[in-house]
Amino acid sequence: MARAGKVADGVANATLREPGRFFALSLDTFRALFKWPFQWQEFLQQAWFIVSVTVAPTIMVAIPFGAILSLQVGNLIRQLGAQSQTGATAVLAIVREASPIVTALLIAAAAGSAICADLGARKIREEIDAMEVLGINPLHRLVVPRVLACAFVGLFLNGIVSVVGIAGGYVFNVLLQGGTPGAYIASFSGLAQLSDLYQAEVKAVVFGVTAALVASYKGLTASGGPKGVGDAVNQTVVIAAMALFVENFVLSALYFQLVPQKGM
Amino acid sequence: MGVEIRVEGLTKSFGRQVIWEDVTLTLPAGEISVLLGPSGTGKSVFLKTMVGLLKPDRGHCWIDGKDMPNLRERDMYEVRKLFGVLFQDGALFGSMNLYDNIAFPLREHTRKSESEVRRIVLEKMEMVGLGGAQNKFPGEISGGMRKRAGLARALVLDPQIILCDEPDSGLDPVRTVLLNQLIVDLNAEIEATILIVTHDINTARTVPDNIGMLFRRELVMFGPREMLLSSEEPVVRQFLNARKVGPIGMSEEKDLSELEAEARLGRDPGPLPPIPPQLMTSDGRLRRTQHAPGEWLRTHGVTPPEGSFIDEMGRDWLQEWPKYVAEMSAGAGRHSEGAH
Repeated sequence: MARAGKVADGVANATLREPGRFFALSLDTFRALFKWPFQWQEFLQQAWFIVSVTVAPTIMVAIPFGAILSLQVGNLIRQLGAQSQTGATAVLAIVREASPIVTALLIAAAAGSAICADLGARKIREEIDAMEVLGINPLHRLVVPRVLACAFVGLFLNGIVSVVGIAGGYVFNVLLQGGTPGAYIASFSGLAQLSDLYQAEVKAVVFGVTAALVASYKGLTASGGPKGVGDAVNQTVVIAAMALFVENFVLSALYFQLVPQKGM
Repeated sequence: MGVEIRVEGLTKSFGRQVIWEDVTLTLPAGEISVLLGPSGTGKSVFLKTMVGLLKPDRGHCWIDGKDMPNLRERDMYEVRKLFGVLFQDGALFGSMNLYDNIAFPLREHTRKSESEVRRIVLEKMEMVGLGGAQNKFPGEISGGMRKRAGLARALVLDPQIILCDEPDSGLDPVRTVLLNQLIVDLNAEIEATILIVTHDINTARTVPDNIGMLFRRELVMFGPREMLLSSEEPVVRQFLNARKVGPIGMSEEKDLSELEAEARLGRDPGPLPPIPPQLMTSDGRLRRTQHAPGEWLRTHGVTPPEGSFIDEMGRDWLQEWPKYVAEMSAGAGRHSEGAH
């Protein structure tokens, strides 16, 4: 009986308490957002740091992503005899779906793990406790700048993925598949519209906020020495990636409901 | 001037594991107290609960009329400004050098000019023996240096309450004695209420005005230093005299068979060793809350072993104390006359 109680306790703990604490931290962070003075220096440092850990991998992932889309879709579309529309499909696929997903993965993996490792190390070195005892709210001092920096950088990462992905697709299509440069570029606005870019940017900001919050939560609750920090980083990447894909789905579904789509 | 801390019925558990229950004690304003206990009895948890970093299951901790665990967050940050806390590993900010670390509380909570900050920081660094190490980063220095830097940071705002989590762990014996001396001098100077958590029985025997001991999830005893040093309570006696014989075993407490074996063998914990005199301030000043050596023993009818209160220079403080106090007060009198 006692054991059953313990197991039930554990399940309740995992399913309710952890998310509850996470949302509590998110709300507290939101409240701390409006506290004066804003930590500009920390924000800029973090933004630069996130840029430095994400830009290169993002570009490296975006190039093959654009190329593979061109390869897959280009083959199909050629068989249908609509090769002049390759550019249209590339823009649609990359701007609408691929770039938010690549951004999500990179933010969760590169930025999230870095933020979690940093905060986790500070937590186990008791730096966070020391900060609280010195009368400084770590949410205001550390978490808010990181969340904003992650959202801010996410916005631009999404842009980079779009540009690099489309350029990669162009190079692949024109140079390797024998497509026509003019047709590729001319068909850009065939299927996609500007609101596709806006929704992608909204997604990127939401992903940035989510990944930073998950990473901060995991970092600030790390315990059990260096291994604990390692576990927290691992969980951050997994949880953030899962959360971002779910968010991506929800936001896409909402977008299709709210914004009328362009026909051919 | 220090602040009195009144802890009432404080209980803390993690999940189903009770750390300690119903801890009730009063840290008198301006006095030095030491909290002892074998490893893993939740001494650090007690400190963290006092400053509100951990929430107790129940109980109160009254500081300056405010109940710390039950305060709103904003008020808690306000009360924390009374505290200077030295964490186990110093808890310095790894991204800042020592100077910025120690200047941090001043820059955050005061409107002092940068030159004034500089004066205070360098003074405190000199005090803990870190002069010239301003530009070092916490990762580049030894554990002992980190600890001393942590102490300097805890002191820059002239706190009314100082909590030290194992100030002597990782320090060599000489540095430990010097740090103890620093704490006593500091208490004489700013009259802060000081609580030290430690394993070091030399520190526990010579520094504090009061000693408390945690064992088996409860506060076994809390009271004047001489009361615990002369106590026959097995746990207190074993710990304060670092004996093998007694209820404390390798895994926190000995099991029944071990205790029975000890009783069969007729192992006696031995006579109580002499009670050493309390550490004096380095410039001979009297601390406001200092009691005469042997005062508690005398008033409670306890006879200390022969040779108690003889310090390393061979002075018997039972004899010396009245003369010393008379001299000090005469000196203070001359001082104030001179001032007029």
